[in-house]
Amino acid sequence: MKKTWVKTGLSAVIVLSSLFLLQRLLTPKYVDDVVEGAFVAEYYQEEKDHDVIFIGDCEVYENFSPVALWQDYGLNTYIRGSAEQYIWQSYYLLEDTLRYETPQAVVFNIQSLQFDESQREAYNRMTLEGMEWSPVKVKAILASMKPSEHFLDYVFPLLRYHSRWSELSAADVQYMFSTKQVSHNGYYMRVDVRPAENVPAGKPLADYSFGENAWKYLEKMTALCKEKGIQLILIKAPSLYPYWYPEWDRQVQNYAEEQGLPYLNFLELQEETGIDYATDTYDGGLHMNLSGAEKLSAYFGRYLREEIGLPDRRGEAGLDARWAEKAAAYEAEKLAQYEYYGIEKEN
Amino acid sequence: MEELLTILRDMHPDVDFETQEHLIDDMILDSLDIVSLISEISEEFDVTITAKDIIPANFNSAKALYELIQRLEDEG
Amino acid sequence: MLFTSYSFFGFLALLFLAYYLLPRRMQWPLLLGASCLFYYLAGPVYLLYILTTAATVYLAGLLMGGNLERQSAYLKAHKADLSKEEKRAYKDGQKRIRFRWFLLCLLLNLGILAVVKYANFFIANVNGVLSAFGGGELSFLSLALPLGISFYTFQAVGYLIDVYRGTVPAERNFFRFALFVSFFPQLIQGPISRYGDLSQTLYQEHPFDPKALSRGLQRMLWGYFKKLVIADRILAAVSTITGGPEEYRGAYIFVGMLFYTLELYADFTGGIDITIGVAQALGITVQENFHRPYFSKSLKEYWRRWHVSMCAWFRDYVFYPVSVSPWMRRFTKFSKEHLGEQAGRRLPVYISSFLVWLATGIWHGANWNFIVWGLANYVVLMLSEELEPAYARFHKRFPAAGGSFAYRLFQVGRTFLLVCCLNLFDCYRSLSETFGAILSMFTVPNWHILWDGSLLELGLSGLDYGILAAGTAVLLGVSLLQRRGSVRERIACRPYPVRFAVWYGLFLAVLLMGAYGIGYDASQFIYNQF
Repeated sequence: MKKTWVKTGLSAVIVLSSLFLLQRLLTPKYVDDVVEGAFVAEYYQEEKDHDVIFIGDCEVYENFSPVALWQDYGLNTYIRGSAEQYIWQSYYLLEDTLRYETPQAVVFNIQSLQFDESQREAYNRMTLEGMEWSPVKVKAILASMKPSEHFLDYVFPLLRYHSRWSELSAADVQYMFSTKQVSHNGYYMRVDVRPAENVPAGKPLADYSFGENAWKYLEKMTALCKEKGIQLILIKAPSLYPYWYPEWDRQVQNYAEEQGLPYLNFLELQEETGIDYATDTYDGGLHMNLSGAEKLSAYFGRYLREEIGLPDRRGEAGLDARWAEKAAAYEAEKLAQYEYYGIEKEN
Repeated sequence: MEELLTILRDMHPDVDFETQEHLIDDMILDSLDIVSLISEISEEFDVTITAKDIIPANFNSAKALYELIQRLEDEG
Repeated sequence: MLFTSYSFFGFLALLFLAYYLLPRRMQWPLLLGASCLFYYLAGPVYLLYILTTAATVYLAGLLMGGNLERQSAYLKAHKADLSKEEKRAYKDGQKRIRFRWFLLCLLLNLGILAVVKYANFFIANVNGVLSAFGGGELSFLSLALPLGISFYTFQAVGYLIDVYRGTVPAERNFFRFALFVSFFPQLIQGPISRYGDLSQTLYQEHPFDPKALSRGLQRMLWGYFKKLVIADRILAAVSTITGGPEEYRGAYIFVGMLFYTLELYADFTGGIDITIGVAQALGITVQENFHRPYFSKSLKEYWRRWHVSMCAWFRDYVFYPVSVSPWMRRFTKFSKEHLGEQAGRRLPVYISSFLVWLATGIWHGANWNFIVWGLANYVVLMLSEELEPAYARFHKRFPAAGGSFAYRLFQVGRTFLLVCCLNLFDCYRSLSETFGAILSMFTVPNWHILWDGSLLELGLSGLDYGILAAGTAVLLGVSLLQRRGSVRERIACRPYPVRFAVWYGLFLAVLLMGAYGIGYDASQFIYNQF
C-alpha cells in the first residue's frame, strides 16, 4: 500500500514538474525580437506609487518617455501599454493596476475605440499573458477571446505553444525562469529615423461611429476613474498612420465635453510640441522615435504639472535613487542603439 | 453426415472437416462458400436454410452444420 | 463536440466521475443522459431525428416481440391438437403480421436516411437529365444531415432485422433501447454495433475497475496519437494535392494516394480506438472494427479486416438474405440448367455481391464517386475470384513460391497499392477528376518531384515529414507487435518505470507533436509584424 503511494506520488511529481518545465520552455519570452509581448508583465516588478499611469497601444508606449517626464518634471509615471491593446484590455489593465495603487491621473490613448472586437489572437496573447492571475485577468481574457480561442489555452499556455519546440532559441532556455528588462517604465525606445513621406490618406468608411462594445468600455473606464477620484485624460498620439478620421475625432471631443474630461489630440498640436515628422519618427509616421517621444514628453509633462496640477516629486529620497538607476539604464540603451544604428550623436 | 462431408470436401479438398471446428472464425469458409454450400445442401437434403441461420455457431464445424440440417428437417 | 475538443475531455471527466460515484443502477441512465447531451450539443434538431428512429424501431420491435411470444404460447398450448399443416399455416399467418410491422418500420427509417442524405444527389441527377432535354429544374432541399445518421440508422435497422428473425429478444424498456441507438462514443463514426453484442455490457452495473479504466485511457491515448500526430498533420499535404487536380498530377497522385491512405487509416482507426477506449473505461465492450487491414494478402481479406462492423452488416443483412432468398434459389437452378454447373453456381453470388457493393458505395456518400468506388471494389473482387483457378495452377507449378516470405510480402504490397488506388475515388469531387488523376500516374513523367524538394511545397515542412515518418514507424511497429496479441497487455507486464515511460512518452508525443490548436503553428504567430 505504502509502495503504491510512493509510486503514484513520484509519478505525479515527475509529470507535473516536467509539464511545468516544458511550459516555461515553450512559452515565448519576448526578450529579443518582439519585446512588446513582455511589457505587461514588467509592471509587477515595480514599486507601485505612480502619479500617472498610461494605458493604450503602441501610441502610448512608443511616444512618451517616463524617464524624461521624471527628469524634467519630477513626475513618477508608468506606461501599461502593449501592442494593439484593445479598449477592453486597457480597461482591465486599469482595473488590474488599481489592485496595487491609485494614481492621480490616467492617460488613455483613444485610437483603439475603432475596434469593437479583438482582431488578432496574437495581440490578445501579448497583452493578456503578462497579466498576473486575478479575477481581473479572467475577465480580461473572456472579454478578449476570439471565437477560435479557448480559455484553457490561457491557463495552460503549453497547449497554445506546444509545437514551438521546433523553433526554440538560446533565449528560451536562458529566460526560462528569469526575465530581462526590455522597457523603461513601459517605454519602448527606438533612436533610428525614417521620415514620414507619402502618408496615405484614409479611405472613406461606410460608417464612422464607434462600436457599442468599444463605447461600453470607455464609459466603464470613465466611471471607474470617477469612482476612485482619478483624473482621466484622453489623448490621441501624433501618429500619422493608421489614419485618424475627423469624424472619429468629433465623437471623442463630444464625449470628453459631456464627461468633462480633457482631450488632447496631438495631431493638431504639432506647433506646440515641435514634432518634426522628418526626424522624430522611426517608421515613416506610425511611431515616434526617442527624439519624438522626448519632445512629446516635454510638452505633456508641462501640461500634467500645470493644467492637472500634479506635484514635482524630485527630492524624495527613495524616488531619486530609483530613477537614477532607471536613467542610467536609459542612457546605456541610448548609446547602445546609437551604435547599433550607426548614428553619430554630438552630445 | 457423409453427404455433407462430400459437399464440403468438394469445396476445400485440403481441409479436414471432421476435426476442424473453426471454419468461420479461422476464415476457411468465406461468404461465397457459404452461399454455394447452402445451395448444395438445399438440393441434397430438401431443407431451406435462411439468412437468420447463417451465424458462426451453425457453420463453424461440419457437426454443427449437420445438426442445423437435422433441426430444420424436424421443423419442416 | 469533437473527440479532439477540450470540451469533450471535460465532458468525459465529469461523466467518468459521475459514472463511478453514483449508485450503479444509475450508470446506464447516466449514459443515456450523456448521449442525449452529446447529440443535443451537435444540433438540437438532430435529437428529433434520432428520437424518431429510436421510437419507431423500439415500437416495431415491441410489436414483433409480443407477436412472437403469443405465437409460441399459442403453439405450446395447442401442441397436441394442431396438425403440422395447421401449425405451419398459423406460423405463416403470424409471420405476415410481423413482416408488415417490420417492413413499415424499415421503409420509414431507410426513407428518412434516403431523404436527408440522398435527396439532393437524386435531384442533382434528375436536373442533369432534365437539362439534357432542355427541361426545367427542381430545387434542392435544405435539410440538415444529422450527425452519424448512417451509423445509428444501420444499428437500429440491424436490431429490427434481428428481432424480426427472432435472433434477439425485443427490448421492452424504451430508454434502454434509446441508449443502444444513441450511445455517444460510437455515434459519429461507428462501429455499427449489434444489439446482441452491445447489450451484454451496456446495461450492466459496472463497479469501478482501475484496470479497465487505465486500459481504456491507454487505448484512447493511442487513438489520439494516430489522429493528432499523424492524420491531422498529413491532412495539409493531402488537401493540397487533391484540391488541385489540374496542378498536381502524375507522381503527385501517387504521393497523395499514399498520404491519403495513411490519413484515412490513422483518422478512422484512431477515432475507433477512442470510441472503444471510452467504452472500455466505462466497462463496456464495443466490438473491434479493424484487424490490421493493411496486412491483408488480398482485397477479399482486406474487406474482412477493414471497417468490420459495416462489412458484416452488409453481409448479414443484405448479402445472405439476397443470396439464399427463394427467388435467388430458383434463379440458381435456372442458370445451372442453362449456363452449366460452374457458372450457374457463381452467377447468383455475383448478383448479390453486386447489390452489396452498390449499397456499400451509396452508403459511403451521396456521390457518383462512391458508387463507382463500390463497383470498382466489386469488379476487382470478382476478377480475383475468376482468376482463382489460374492462381491455383501457378502454385501447383511453383509450390515453393506460395509459402515464401517474399511472396507474402508481395501479396501484402499489391493489396495495399490496390486499396490506395481505390481510395482515390474518395479524394476527388468528380469521376472525371478521379480517372484523370489515376491515368496521369502513368502518363505524366514527373517522378523527379519525389527528390527535388517539391514535396516541401505541399504544406508540410521537413520537420513535419520527420514527425510523420517517426509516427508511421511507431504505427507499423505496433501493428507488427499486435500479431502476437494485445500490446497494452504486454506493456502491463513490464516493471512500473517502463510502463510509466511508455505511456507518459506517448502522452508527451501527442501533446507536443499533435497538430492541434490555433493555426496550429505558433511560428506564424511569433513572427507577426506590427
